Amino acid sequence: MRLLTHNMLSSNIKGVTNGFPLRLQVEKSVEKEVDLNPDFLKNIFPKIEWKALVDASRALGYPELPDEAEPSMLDSHDFLKKFHHALLELHVEEGALICPETGRNFPISKGIPNMLLHEDEV
Amino acid sequence: MMKLKQLESYLGSLQQFSNPKVDLEQYPTGPHIASRLLYTAENSFGDISGKVVADFGCGCGTLGLASALLGAEYVVGIDIDSQSLETASLNASDLELDLNLIWCDIKNLKWKGKMVDTVVMNPPFGTRKKGSDMDFLVAALKVASQAVYSLHKTSTRDHVKRTALRDFNAKSADVLCELRFDVPQMYKFHKKKEIDIAVDLWRFVP
Repeated sequence: MRLLTHNMLSSNIKGVTNGFPLRLQVEKSVEKEVDLNPDFLKNIFPKIEWKALVDASRALGYPELPDEAEPSMLDSHDFLKKFHHALLELHVEEGALICPETGRNFPISKGIPNMLLHEDEV
Repeated sequence: MMKLKQLESYLGSLQQFSNPKVDLEQYPTGPHIASRLLYTAENSFGDISGKVVADFGCGCGTLGLASALLGAEYVVGIDIDSQSLETASLNASDLELDLNLIWCDIKNLKWKGKMVDTVVMNPPFGTRKKGSDMDFLVAALKVASQAVYSLHKTSTRDHVKRTALRDFNAKSADVLCELRFDVPQMYKFHKKKEIDIAVDLWRFVP
């Protein structure tokens, strides 16, 4: 699971109102290099919940993202490289996503988060 | 840009359901239909290349991988069935493509905002469980910012149009073409060797 996916997902348990962001717990991770596409990064930037990305990348042991970010920073190649790396090159292989409201644990196995709900959660 | 025939042949090499499940209406999306759906989305509307694309009910990953082959920047595949996700993951590795898989029931999907540009899907037609194709459509229109491509039985055309525009607040709902969907004899209740269903390829704007 890459961190762009993490930035989309929200706890889907019935009745939960503050399900975002899911807290990330990492047991095993890998890095895979992909080509940097500046236009893509510039387009997606306004949609990204920055703090969620920063916290998730830190949980993955990548401390390079600044606490705050604004669109003017996209002109810096150094910033783009870090943003790109955090968003698209870090993969959680094993671990869990934790609902911030209920503490319910959604396991991540073989890189796939399991967001299936139990009967009493839908 | 990849040629249509080339795309179709890549998709023809993918593994399909080894053990299809009746209640989930797991019919494979054939390479013919899948390649035409994606080719139209890219060539006529520019909805794939460089975009975030989600494949709802991705099964073995055909539509999602087709999107990646046509240059989608980030492809998410969602399915309720873990075996399908495993096959999708193998298919992605075979083609050396990245598919971001999520194990989830589309009905219970909850995402923050509209991070996805385009949704592509071949939903269950709702023959086993009435209305399941419309459950997929309403979920897709909620997360997509640009377009939703979907296949629905031609016999339900008026219902799909009315529901999308009136109940799901789609800005537009257009049938791009009519296709034949060959459902091979996979289940015991299929008496004929192959069932040929008329389906519409739709483009919805959320």
